[in-house]
Amino acid sequence: MNVPEELKYTTDHEWTKMDGDIITIGITDYAQGELGDVVYVDLPEVGDQFEKSDSFGTIEAVKAVADLFCPVTGEITEVNETLADKPEIVNQDPYGEGWMVKLKISDKSELDDLLDASAYQKEIG
Amino acid sequence: MALKKTVLHDIHTQLGGRMVDFAGYHMPVQYSGMRAEHMRVRNTVGIFDVSHMGEIEISGPKAIDMVQKITVNDAASLAVGQAQYTAMCYENGGIVDDHLVYRFKDKFLLVVNAANKDKDLQWILKNKIHGCQVTDISDQITQLAVQGKDAEKTLQKLTEVDLNKIPFYWFTEGTLAGASMIISRTGYTGEPGFELYFENQNAEPVWKKIMEAGKEFDIEPIGLGARDTLRLEKKMCLYGNDIDETTNPLEARLKWIVKFDKGDFIGRDALLKIREEGINRSLIAFKMQEKGFPRQGYKIVKDGQEIGTVTSGTVSPVINQGIGMGYVAKGFGKSGTIVQIQIRKQMTSAEIVKPPIV
Repeated sequence: MNVPEELKYTTDHEWTKMDGDIITIGITDYAQGELGDVVYVDLPEVGDQFEKSDSFGTIEAVKAVADLFCPVTGEITEVNETLADKPEIVNQDPYGEGWMVKLKISDKSELDDLLDASAYQKEIG
Repeated sequence: MALKKTVLHDIHTQLGGRMVDFAGYHMPVQYSGMRAEHMRVRNTVGIFDVSHMGEIEISGPKAIDMVQKITVNDAASLAVGQAQYTAMCYENGGIVDDHLVYRFKDKFLLVVNAANKDKDLQWILKNKIHGCQVTDISDQITQLAVQGKDAEKTLQKLTEVDLNKIPFYWFTEGTLAGASMIISRTGYTGEPGFELYFENQNAEPVWKKIMEAGKEFDIEPIGLGARDTLRLEKKMCLYGNDIDETTNPLEARLKWIVKFDKGDFIGRDALLKIREEGINRSLIAFKMQEKGFPRQGYKIVKDGQEIGTVTSGTVSPVINQGIGMGYVAKGFGKSGTIVQIQIRKQMTSAEIVKPPIV
């Protein structure tokens, strides 16, 4: 299972990448494998505000529908528009082109709850 | 309970099959991806290991009477070498299982759903008449389905049998890929193709030879996931989803397999009564008019009233639209009717359509 070292993870099988106070969020390789082929991704609008653990979108895949949960409190600054036409990118490149949203963090202390790669690896067994 | 493996289990894992528990078997749900596998079958040819299916033989001088008693279709109308889609019903008309019946010179072969095999066998034995034998040969038999427009060209390379001479829902016994087998022009995909039944010991060489012969058509192994979406596009029923012991063949729109005039059979009286009184609901197919993934259990709504439930749903890989099947109350089942599917909190429009959906 591909779990890149440089990313942080949640127990909801999302990955995050920090760049200043902007965090990029996507789903893990494990998650895309469990969901099967992704057919729709419903994402929020730029400017939408979310609290930590709020659902900010849904992924409809052949095997299941999954809610996307916001790992930290913040405001959406960018949405991956490509996924509307090419949801399969989530399966093909979950850590790259398949990213979901970027979010401006309001409280950096919330980042402490994220898992590092080895902790996430344990989580998925 | 320990999971059973088909004899091809190691081949599936080598091919990257994602294995899941299905009806007590460790089966591949997908290899490269369900949608790609689905399109492979629609475009050229795919091969499925469906050895989890149950095979029950009924032989002896009274075999025909036995099959007629337990199934709703008319097995007496079959010639030797012919097969039919049929069902077993309970006394109350509820469906025990839907399955195939093959007629041989000296016996009948019932090919039943994996998840129902033990239940079916018990039901058959409970209703067994004198003068016939019932034998469960499921554990000895490998079943492969080779489906798609290039299935015949693939298999013809491996056999002297003239496959072109086998009509739809007929079969022959012959040698293919060096193994003696039943070669049946049947399937669960809506594509031309064959189902092959043979002894387990030949499974690996037969699988490999078919894969080799199909190379020029880009043959791929197909998992249970795509098997489900392929059948759903053609509105073929899946037991456990669309039909079960609480549904009868008439409301499942399987009236065409119920032959009331063949003589008595289990469930006949109840089904006659249901036919007389009229059905309360019917199994329809629908196509979403807007974006949405209908799933089993979602409500079907008309003018704010709940009129039914989705029994199977997916997003068709061919048309990239949500499609499904479900029961709707009497009066709402006409094709062209616009209904709403409640997808979580959202009401999403769908049109009831005639099969095939795609």
